[in-house]
Amino acid sequence: MRRRGRRAGVEPSGTLADLAPGQSAEVVSVSAAQAPRTARRLAELGFAPGSRVEVVRQAPLGTPVLYRVQGYEISLRRTEAARIVVTRRTAPAGAR
Amino acid sequence: MNASCHGPGGGDTLAPGVPRVALLGNPNAGKTSLFNRLTGLRAKTGNYPGVTVARHVGSCEVGAVRFTVEDLPGTYSLEPISPDEEVVLDVLDGTIPGVPRPDVLAVVLDATTIRRSLRFLTQVLEKALPTCVVVTFTDELARRGGSLDVPALERALGVPVACVVAHRRGGHDELAAQLARWQEWPEPLLAPPTEGVEQSAWVESVLAAADYSAPHQDRVTGAVDAVLLHPLWGTLTFFAVMALFFQAIFVVAAPLQGYVESLFGWLGGLVADHVGPAWLASLLGDAVIGGIGGVLVFVPQIMLLFLLLALLEASGYLARAAFLMDRVMSTFGLEGRAFVALLSSFACAVPGIMATRSLPSARDRIATMMGAPLMTCSARLPVYVTLIGILVPRDSRVGPLGVQGLVMFGLYLLGAVSAMLTAALFKRIADRGAEPMPFYLELPTYRLPVPRSVLLAMWEPSKAFLRKCTTVILGTTLVLWMLLNLPLAGAAELRSAGLDPGDPADAAAVSAYVVEHSVAADLGRAVGPVFDPLGFDWRVNVAVLSSFGARETFVATLSQVDSAQQGATAAEDEPPGSDLGLSAGVVAALLVFYVYALQCVATMAAIRRETGSWRWPAVAWGYMFVLAWTMALLARTVTGWWAG
Repeated sequence: MRRRGRRAGVEPSGTLADLAPGQSAEVVSVSAAQAPRTARRLAELGFAPGSRVEVVRQAPLGTPVLYRVQGYEISLRRTEAARIVVTRRTAPAGAR
Repeated sequence: MNASCHGPGGGDTLAPGVPRVALLGNPNAGKTSLFNRLTGLRAKTGNYPGVTVARHVGSCEVGAVRFTVEDLPGTYSLEPISPDEEVVLDVLDGTIPGVPRPDVLAVVLDATTIRRSLRFLTQVLEKALPTCVVVTFTDELARRGGSLDVPALERALGVPVACVVAHRRGGHDELAAQLARWQEWPEPLLAPPTEGVEQSAWVESVLAAADYSAPHQDRVTGAVDAVLLHPLWGTLTFFAVMALFFQAIFVVAAPLQGYVESLFGWLGGLVADHVGPAWLASLLGDAVIGGIGGVLVFVPQIMLLFLLLALLEASGYLARAAFLMDRVMSTFGLEGRAFVALLSSFACAVPGIMATRSLPSARDRIATMMGAPLMTCSARLPVYVTLIGILVPRDSRVGPLGVQGLVMFGLYLLGAVSAMLTAALFKRIADRGAEPMPFYLELPTYRLPVPRSVLLAMWEPSKAFLRKCTTVILGTTLVLWMLLNLPLAGAAELRSAGLDPGDPADAAAVSAYVVEHSVAADLGRAVGPVFDPLGFDWRVNVAVLSSFGARETFVATLSQVDSAQQGATAAEDEPPGSDLGLSAGVVAALLVFYVYALQCVATMAAIRRETGSWRWPAVAWGYMFVLAWTMALLARTVTGWWAG
């Protein structure tokens, strides 16, 4: 993790699967490659562009991972989380 | 229970002219508790034609107005990606033959996740059917520091909005009264946008108008999850909960099953003592009473399983268990929720198959149902004990471990591994070519179970099991009895065979004579070519055939056939069948045969009930028979090399 990016408040894009518990990010897009229906469903579940996602915790075996999005908690496998492109942000306290 | 919904009559839920209300909503939105409130004990469960999706229909009465209420499967979207979701869409479009299009829609929205569920509402409103909104969990929203102005939400949406709280009666009567006035409902002026940025903007504008503030994270849930999902404590708790769960359905149910068995044994004894002709006593005692008893004996297990399952589900733990197990189950192409169904099958495949209802995907349900009967159920136990008793001397040991126990453990392991691999195979076949279903699992806030819903969740499957399975199982036992007892042997025929039908000392020999000359014996000889490679002779064939109704029968039949051959010379502590002179290879083949063969009418009836057709029980029976035969041949051959 580059300190410079942190200070600027925006870090390079990655996917939701790259985040560690406690980190949060904003959804940029959901990759529809090979699985358009999955992409659509993820958006319907709240992983829509602009939504803030927080990683709550991961299962003992590493997957699935529990996310907090749109005020509720839902878990995804890492394979699905890797379809969600996010921009990492340092979350100032209380920001939505 | 005044204005709400428990009218008289029963067979009228599909009556024409009665308005039909369909309940829709996201999973965990409180839809099923609402359905239970509205319809009480008068709900019926069936299947949508041609698909493995359960259908719940009930009726509700408000004053003079009566409704049919249909609880549609919980769904996140009307853009279907699974058969269950397609059913919701097809019901709304009225495209399923025999399932009329609903007149009224009631969309259940969980106030704590309303930002997400309003997206779903836009898709429903697009269907342009008279629609009302039911907001649930407003009490939880307030407790977690959120707020929602329900009258303002009603103005913003332009459709009637009611508010119900699961643990209180408040709201349900108003909702019922609201539904009764459905023809006076205003129509929304414009259908809201169902896609993209416009949809998000609409959702935000509605929430702003309704003065919505989102709830903070539930503190209790966060704290409990920190323990229950912890890598160490969470795993330990999980195993403890599952061990207790398994103990309950296996051990706690056992004495209850014992009572059922002794009750029916007592009834059978009454018949034996008081009914004159021996054949009639046998028909009533063995076939009718034995058949009904054979069904009722599963009921304590089913009721316990569904009680525990309902408690785990309603409290929110079941979702956590699925979360913890998903990685393991995904190795076999299944998902975390399949774990509980497969675990339950160790006690009995019937409740295990019924527990597949918690799986959201029909493909997963089928795959799990095909694997579940391979789990070593309690009915295999007496068969294993008998056969291991013949195969392995009681005192043979490997180090400190008894070989009998090791063989038993090996059979359990063989069953479990085969079940998982089979489920994986069926899942692969079902998934071929299709875009795989994404896995997502909501972890709802921990909630106190609603007693009424828990009791209904226990009662409904038990009732359905009794009603639908009694006929099938009773019918099968009757047929089996006839095969084993016809043609009837007259007294003259018995005397000419040197037996005295009046002498109690000859009773065993008489029944053995009847079996030996029965249609089943002819069948046992006729199927000889099939079982010859496994080394089964006609007597074993009869026992195997008779146990196609239920595995436990094998032991009883084998001892009957055994005594036919040997008279009453068998020593007291010898297992039945030890005088048949079966080679080690044949006994091993039999053991393996029982690991795989689907010899359980109750299981087939349960699969039939859950899938809505005989196709899947037929597939299960067929593949398991082929597998049983092949693996038994392998076992015989290998044991032959090893012993010889």
